[in-house]
Amino acid sequence: MIRMEYYLIISTLMFFIGIYGFISRKNMIAILISLELVLNAVEINFAVFNRYLFPGQLEGMFFTLFGIAITAAETAVALAIIINAYRAIGNIDIKNLSKMKE
Amino acid sequence: MDPIINLILFVCLGIASIVLSVLAVSAKRLMRAATYLLLVLICTAGFYLFLNYHFLAAVQVSVYAGGVVILFLFAIFLTSNENDVLRRHQAGRYLWGALAALGGIAVTTFALVKHQFIYGDNQSMVGDQEIDMKVIGEALMGTEKYQYLLPFEVLSILLLAAIIGGILIARKR
Repeated sequence: MIRMEYYLIISTLMFFIGIYGFISRKNMIAILISLELVLNAVEINFAVFNRYLFPGQLEGMFFTLFGIAITAAETAVALAIIINAYRAIGNIDIKNLSKMKE
Repeated sequence: MDPIINLILFVCLGIASIVLSVLAVSAKRLMRAATYLLLVLICTAGFYLFLNYHFLAAVQVSVYAGGVVILFLFAIFLTSNENDVLRRHQAGRYLWGALAALGGIAVTTFALVKHQFIYGDNQSMVGDQEIDMKVIGEALMGTEKYQYLLPFEVLSILLLAAIIGGILIARKR
């Protein structure tokens, strides 16, 4: 039988790999990809808790569903901002972003 | 399915998703990182299938793999030149990132192993327990307890706002 802890360990590893990428990447799109990993791990957790601990209910599943939709919206806006930043300063490294103020 | 085969498949999926996540945060080229992200998301759809959330797996593949990753690819096309390799931070940054990640993993895994989850003989884990589409549809469209019409509508407003905001920010001036 697949135990609940297996899923949770996998999602923990995925979450913190995302955190590592978030800290160590310089390119804004790469940072957004790391963020996507973090959100994905959280959504796995919602589904797992629902299935194992409260199998008669559907709350976790709907949380995951809404979470996926919110992630998509967030990604769209973030990529729009990144494309705008690229137009303004010519590259999308996070160090150069303070030039946006000028 | 046979429990052993089930477990073997699950372990393969888990290892694949972890390895691909590491590759996604360490790939030298942005396009490869996006491709690894796509594979991680498909592995996650596999986990949802293991949990018998078929609808969730379908949403995961169509929204993430079909929508978000394509958005990423277009953004990468629009913002990078040919043979662009990602610039790197100085070495200390990687050390701190790895330290933060390892510390977090240690604390969380410790709590996870210490805590005893009580779920016992969970009948929903054996056999085919697909959730009926009718149940999902009624839960999304009802206004009673445990039904989600209001969040659904709020989400559609949010998506509209995101569309307008995206166009407004990214258009040429």
